[in-house]
Formats: sequence, structure tokens, C-alpha cells
Amino acid sequence: MFSLLPSNTQWVLFSTMMLGIAAGMVGCLAYWKKQSLMSDALSHAALPGVVLAFLLLGEKNLLVLICGAAVSALIGAMCIQWIQSVSRIKEDTSMGMILSVFFGLGIMLLTIANRSGGNQSGLDGFIFGQAASMIRKDVYIMSVLALLVIFIGIIAFKEWKIYLFDPSFAKGIGLSVKTMNAVYTFVLVLTIVIGIQAVGVILMAALLIIPAISARYWAHSFRTMLLLSALFGGVSGAGGTLVSTYGAGWPTGPFIVITSSAIFLVSMIFGAEKGMLLQFLQHRKHKRDLLVNWNIRTAEKEGER
Amino acid sequence: MSYTGWILLTAALVGASCGLIGVLLILRRMAMMADAISHTVLLGIVIAYLMTKSLHGIHMLIGAAIAGLLTAFLVQWLHSRGIQQDASIGVVFTTMFAIGVILISTSVGNVHLDVQHALMGEIAFIPWKVTTLPLIGTIPVATGILALILIIVLGIILLFYKEWKITSFDPALAASLGIPVVAMHYLFMTLVSVTTVAAFDAVGAIMVVAMLITPAAAAYLWTDKLSVMLVLSSSFGILSAFIGYYLAVWIDTSISGSMAFTTGIVFLVSILFSPSHGMVGKWRRTVGTV
Amino acid sequence: MTVLSVQKLTVSYRKNTVLHDVSFDIPQGSLTGIVGPNGAGKSTLLKSILDLHPPVSGSVTFFGSTFQKQKKRIGYVPQRGSVDWDFPTNALDVVTMGLYGQIGWLKWPTRRHRAKAMEALEKMGMSEYADRQISQLSGGQQQRVFLARALVQEADLYFMDEPLAGVDAATERAIMAILKELKEKGKTVMVVHHDLQTVKDYFDHVLLLNHTVIKHGTTEEVFTAKNLTETYGGTLKVMKEGVDHVQLITQ
Repeated sequence: MFSLLPSNTQWVLFSTMMLGIAAGMVGCLAYWKKQSLMSDALSHAALPGVVLAFLLLGEKNLLVLICGAAVSALIGAMCIQWIQSVSRIKEDTSMGMILSVFFGLGIMLLTIANRSGGNQSGLDGFIFGQAASMIRKDVYIMSVLALLVIFIGIIAFKEWKIYLFDPSFAKGIGLSVKTMNAVYTFVLVLTIVIGIQAVGVILMAALLIIPAISARYWAHSFRTMLLLSALFGGVSGAGGTLVSTYGAGWPTGPFIVITSSAIFLVSMIFGAEKGMLLQFLQHRKHKRDLLVNWNIRTAEKEGER
Repeated sequence: MSYTGWILLTAALVGASCGLIGVLLILRRMAMMADAISHTVLLGIVIAYLMTKSLHGIHMLIGAAIAGLLTAFLVQWLHSRGIQQDASIGVVFTTMFAIGVILISTSVGNVHLDVQHALMGEIAFIPWKVTTLPLIGTIPVATGILALILIIVLGIILLFYKEWKITSFDPALAASLGIPVVAMHYLFMTLVSVTTVAAFDAVGAIMVVAMLITPAAAAYLWTDKLSVMLVLSSSFGILSAFIGYYLAVWIDTSISGSMAFTTGIVFLVSILFSPSHGMVGKWRRTVGTV
Repeated sequence: MTVLSVQKLTVSYRKNTVLHDVSFDIPQGSLTGIVGPNGAGKSTLLKSILDLHPPVSGSVTFFGSTFQKQKKRIGYVPQRGSVDWDFPTNALDVVTMGLYGQIGWLKWPTRRHRAKAMEALEKMGMSEYADRQISQLSGGQQQRVFLARALVQEADLYFMDEPLAGVDAATERAIMAILKELKEKGKTVMVVHHDLQTVKDYFDHVLLLNHTVIKHGTTEEVFTAKNLTETYGGTLKVMKEGVDHVQLITQ
């Protein structure tokens, strides 16, 4: 089936799959850092950077746009931190503000870009994702960066584990939490910015959040969760892209999200860990056992009499 | 009234009602819930359209209210099943929003609904869609709906003022006094949803989040009284709407984007210069004590 | 006379059973300390008695009737850490909140209500802080505000969750004086308490709790080395605390 597709589609599929794998892994880290919505705020905050990079450069060079996105997302992250540290504004408020204000700025700039660019600049695709518009060079850039994220995720596996579950212990064995924080923010932002062309700024967060919580329903160790989350992310990325190629002009992002939501739904119902079906069966068994015990006890009491 | 007058009035109504709701949102730590609801009302609107085949205001409001409540309920349900609060918000709103976008871009795409509009709003077109009401005369539909929403929001906040205050500050005590905390929560979620959808036409889904959260956060830096915070927040909302409009006209860009951006500027000014909780105030106090 | 009767109360959070088969009766005019190790379910007990966390099974009766019918006679002081002290409100306003149940729907607090709240603040020695934003108060002052709020409720039965945690000595004395006064007026008070050293001086009844009732009765009867070891026996750290205390008692 794969080979029947046009070769460009094959390449796009490959790159969104890599993206999904990277996002699945990083999403797992974000879940345990309790920062699922931070990824949402940062992906929205990336928009003004993308457009500004385009306006300055005057052409659509993915690498430059990604750099712009990264700078803008990082500024967003810093603002979120800064607002909390100097005032009594809480984290959720601070994230919501940065998310919407940066997005507003992005839309302002985008309107200007569309007006002056004339050629519709193709930047609109960054809002909902337009994987089909990617050229071969974009595919290479995306795949290489995604592989870099995956590589960092794998090579520092045990450091991540300690860092996420026991930061004070990490300090004790000489692991610099500061460095880990920096690396974490780096991979988070990198994953978000490479995803925005294929998935779009609005829904990029879903690819980070949903595979990770789906994996939770199957895994009881961090390692299995990380692997499964990567697998689910990869399947969602490729599956969603495939479906979106069936209709002309269908956006990629929403289909990727729906694919991952479907995996989530299946996991939630049939999952081996805390899945609903399993819980239901256990509950029923538990009730039956109680009943049996009760019957035995009454029988015993009767016997004693 | 002139074309600009209607636009400014509409924007001011958005600013005022969002400003009021926003205060309770941030005090109840539900800012991201507003973000979620602002996305999911899109699905409510699309489904309402598919069922009734009309883009009439009242259908939209009902669809949005249902979508908003469903969001609140699903988030609560997932959370009660052991998923972190913000991850549950993340799953629910991205999924519902994605369904909404897919429905629009595949089946109803050629109709009056389009994603661009839903996201960014089209305040510039509002004065053209008018209706005639008894006593009041001919007014734009969206403006009328927003005025109604503002009255409802203001009314409900004032009527249950002390209940909002206590359920936001100390829900445990509120419940022990017999105040229906859960019912108030869902009533509040309904208010957020209908305000969001009414503001939808004007500023779009995501920028409504800016109008909801940012003026309230700015007001939070100026006062220690809830009543003053409510007044300040809606004033900041109106102010941002006005400045945002003229900024957009000046550099010829998206009006809603510019309004959202202006709320950020108002917040920045507040966090820098507020005498009680801003940087300058703090700096002066430190200098004063040394 | 029994003012509160808890029968076979079982409470769980998700899958974990926090309280199992808890039964006890509280006599009128008693001042009871609820004592037990961390995670023994002390706060949960208060919350499920007050219907804030519905129990799986069991029943709670107040004055021989239900919570809904008697809630005006019941006062609750949550843990200080359970609220956001950055909330835009002042001390007087927080105390006035205690009256919201009596004021009723659609009505606003009047001057009379505020005067009553002011009186309670005065009683706690806090009248000069009435206009302060609540985050500008010290921990002890915040706790006094909470207690003043409970006082304006004029309840007959009070539940207090760690009112003495992290407060200064003066506040501790002030709060205990108020509790004794309430008791003398015939009110009943249940207090979650963490400091074993002071139990004997503060309470006339003790409820030893560790997921279920270990012992309940007058302090003299119940607060013994044996019972405490039974309650705290568990993790090493707690054991040690218990042992220390055993020495304290035998002295």
C-alpha cells in the first residue's frame, strides 16, 4: 500500500511519522512534568515568530521559519515564567495570556504578510497544518530534526527518568537539574516548531498530549510508556496524513488529532492498566467474590448453630 | 450610528462581558478551561448548523452552551478517572476542535461557515447584518446578542455576588454552608460558553481567550477588592477593544488580532507600573525600606 | 446527649479505601481531638461527615437528624492551606462569608452582618486588621480570621481541620481560649490535631484514627502509651515519634 503512493507522499508520510514519534516521546516527558498545556501555549506562541521570519526574509524557507518559531516560543516560555515570578498571577492565567496575546500578534502579522505577499504566502497552512504543501527539502529538515529529538530522548533515557520522578535525588547524584531543564525546554520547543507546518500551531499540542496519556493505559513502567507513546504518536502522524491526502485541501492537523484520539478512546476502554473494560470486569468479579464469601460465612454460621 | 460607531460598540460589549467573566475565571484557576471552551464551541456551532441548517443566533448559543458544558463535564470525568487535570483539558478540546474543523472543511465547507472566520472573527462585517427590534430600531444582530449577553452576565454576577465570591475563595466552606458548589460551577461554565460564542463573530475563538483572561489579570494587579477588580477588568476590556481597533485601522491589519495584542500591552503596563503589585511599585518599596 | 453519630462509615478515593468501618458517637459539650499519623484519613473524615466527600457506605446523623436539615447548626474551619490567600478580599469580608448561609439567596450582607463579623474579629484580637488584604496577614493571623469566621456562624457543632498547624504561640493560646469558651457554652467541637504533646492539656475527648477508629473516649482513658503505639505503629519515623511520646507519658 505504501509503495502505491506517489513518492512525494511517501516522504511526507515518513516525516510526519518521525514527527509523531518525537512528539510522543517528548509528550511523555511533558506529561510527567505536568506541563501538558504548556506545549499548547508554546505552540500558539510560535506563530508571530514564523510570520516575522517570513516578513524579514521575504520567502518561505522552512529552516528560517522554524528558527523564528523557536525564538518566539522561547520568548513566550520566558514570559510565562517571568509573570509568575514577579506577580501573584498564577501559572494557568499566565499561560492563557501568552497563548492568546502572542497568537493575536501572529494573526496581525499574518494579515500584513498575506496583504503584502500577494501570493497568499502559504502561511495560512501553519495554522491548521498542510503537510501536502511540503517540498522535499522541508521533509528532510523535519525528519532530521525529529530524529535529533528521538535521539536525545533515547540516549538520555535514564537521566530523564530520574529528572522527572525524583529531582532531588537527581541533584544528589550530581545530575544538573538546570541542564536537564534546559535540554527539556529545547526538545519541547524543537518538537513543537518542527510540527507546526504539518500539524499547525493550534493542534500541535494534541500530538504531544494525547499519545502520552493513551500509553498510560497500557504501561506500568516509564520505559514502556515512552515507547508506546512514541509508537502511538508515529501511527497518528502517518495515519492522519494519509487520510488527509484523500481530499483536496483537507488540513492535516485535525486528521492527525482524530487518529490519536481514536487510539486514546481504544486505550481508555480496553487498556490493560486502568482500562474501563478491565475495571468493569474486576469490579464485577470483586462483587461476586464478596457475595460468595458472604454466602460461605452465612453457611458457616448456620453450621455453627 | 456610523459604521465605526457600531464596530466600537460591539467591541466594547465584548470587552465588558469578557472582562467580567474573566475575573471569576482567573480567581477560580480556570483560565485554561476558557481556552478549551473557546475551541470546543466551534463544534457546538457546526453541529447546531448541521441540525438546523441555519446560522441563527439562538441556535448557535444553544449549541455552544451544550458544547461548553460537555467540555467541562468530560474534563471532570477524565480527571476523576486518574488523568492529570491539564492533560484532560488537552485531550478534550483538541479532539472536539479537530472534529469541528474536519466537519467544516469536508462537508459544510462551501457554506457560510469557515474556519478562518471562526478563528479570527469578522468584526468588520458585523454592521451589515442587521435586524429590526421594537423600540430600539435597526441594529446589527451580533451587537444585539452581545448586549443581551452583557445584561445576563452582569445580572447573574450581581444576583449571586456573594455566592460567586465564596465558591471561588473557599468551596469547602461554601459547600458546608449548603451553597450548591457544583451547580454554580456548571452555571459558570454555561456563562463562559455563551459569552464566548457571542464574542465569536466579533473576535473569533482564540482571541476571545485574550479578552477573557488578560484584562482580568491586569486588573488583579491594581486592586485587592473583588468589586473594584470587576469594574477595572471590564474597563480594561473596553479600552483594549478601542485601542486595538484604531491600531488595526492605522496599520491595516486584523482587528481581532490587534485587540488581543492590545490586551497584552495593557497587562504589560500594569505589571510594570501598578503601584501595589507592579515592578515599579515593588522597586520603590525596596528602595524606600533600604 | 449525642450530637453527632457516625455509623459504619467507609470512604474511598478512587480505588483506595481511606476510611473503613468508622463508628463513634460524640456527646454534647465535648472538645474532641482527632489524632493519628499522616494519611490516616483525618481530614477525609471531616470532609465525609460534612458531605463534602460522599462516603461509600455508612451513615452520619446530626442532632438525630440529617446534615441537610441541620447544616445551619454546623460550623467548619478548613485547613488554612486549602484556599488561595491572594484572593482579592480583606479580613472582614472573609469573616462575613461565615454568615452567607444565614443571609440567604439574592440578599446582600448588611451593616448588621458586618458589625457581627467585626465583633468576631475583635474577639480574636484582629479588629485592627479588618481592612487588610488577606495575603498580608501572618499565618497565625490568617488562622484567627478563619476562627472568627467560624464564630459568626454561631453553630452548635464545630469541625476544625488543623487550626493550630503552623501558628505562633500567642495565636495558639487565643484559639484554645476560644475553644474552651465554646465548650463552656455547651457547644461541641471536633479538632484535627497533630501535636501529641498538647493533647492532654487541650482536649477532654480523643479519637485515635488510623483508617479506622483505634480508640475513642475520654482523654484519660484513651490517651495511653499502648493505644498510641497501636495507632502510630507503622513507618519507622512515626514509630520513633510514638516511642518518644511513650516516654513522655510514663514520666
